[in-house]
Amino acid sequence: MLLLTRKAEFSAAHYYYVDAWTPEENLRLFGKCANRNGHGHNYTLEVTVAGEVDPVSGFVMDLKALKDTMEREVVQVYDHRHLNLEVPEFRTALPTTENIAVAIWRRLQGKIHGARLHRVRVYEMPDLFADYYGEP
Amino acid sequence: MKVYLSRRYHFSASHRLHSDAYTPEQNRAAYGKCNNPHGHGHNYVVRITVSGPVDPVTGMVCNLAELDGFVRRVICERFDHKNLNQDSAFEKLVPTTENLCREIHRVVKSGFAHVMLEDVRVDETSNNSFEYSERERHLISVCK
Repeated sequence: MLLLTRKAEFSAAHYYYVDAWTPEENLRLFGKCANRNGHGHNYTLEVTVAGEVDPVSGFVMDLKALKDTMEREVVQVYDHRHLNLEVPEFRTALPTTENIAVAIWRRLQGKIHGARLHRVRVYEMPDLFADYYGEP
Repeated sequence: MKVYLSRRYHFSASHRLHSDAYTPEQNRAAYGKCNNPHGHGHNYVVRITVSGPVDPVTGMVCNLAELDGFVRRVICERFDHKNLNQDSAFEKLVPTTENLCREIHRVVKSGFAHVMLEDVRVDETSNNSFEYSERERHLISVCK
C-alpha cells in the first residue's frame, strides 16, 4: 500500500461564538476568535489517499481527478467565503480546525475513485493543524 | 469522531552530547561535532499531537489556550535560551533530541492529562526530527 497526498489552499473568514453563552464566557474560551466581525486564515488542505500502485500507469490514482474533486467539493465552496455564514455545515457547528477536517472528510467521502480516503489534514496556520482519519 | 489536533511550539537551546561512560575517543566517534566541549545550539520545534472526540458545543478536541499555556509554561520557558545539559532531566542522561523528545512526552502526558497525548515530535534542525508516540503505526503520517 502506498499513501499519496495532494495539497490545496483556501482563504476564508470565521469566528467562534456560542449563542447560548454570555459574551464573557465566549471571550474566556475563545479569546480573540470570539470577535463577531470575524477574522480569517489561509488554510492549507492535505488529502491523503491509500492504494496500490497500478503496475502499468505507476499511479495510485489519477492525481488530476483527486485535484479536481478537492477543487469542486471543497475549495469552490470554502474559498473566499465566511465559513459561519456561507457554508451550510457550519450553521450548526463552529468552524474550528477540527470540525473543518471532519466536514471536508464528509464532502470527499465516496467521491474519490481508485483509492481509499486515508486522511484529511487541515492547517489553519503553519503551527496548528487537525487530522481526521474517518474514525467514529 | 476522533480527531487529532497538532500544535507546534518553538524554543532555542544549547547542548553538548557527551557520555561519561565513554572515553574521549569514543565520545568523538559517537557524537562527532556535537561533542565540542563548548556546546552548540538549535532552534527546536516541538509538535504536540492530542486526540479525542470533538466537543459538540465548542467544536474542539481540547481548549487550545489551555494547551498553549501549559506547553509554553512547562516546556518553552523551561528550555528556551537555556543549556539543556544543565536541566535536571539531563543530569545523568545525554541531551540528545531522542531523550528530549521522551522528556517532553513524559511532562505533557503527566501534566496535561485530560486529553489523550498521541505523539510528540521534536525537530532539532530542518533535517533531523524525532518522534515519540504511543499511537498505532498505521496512523502515523508519512507526510510532513
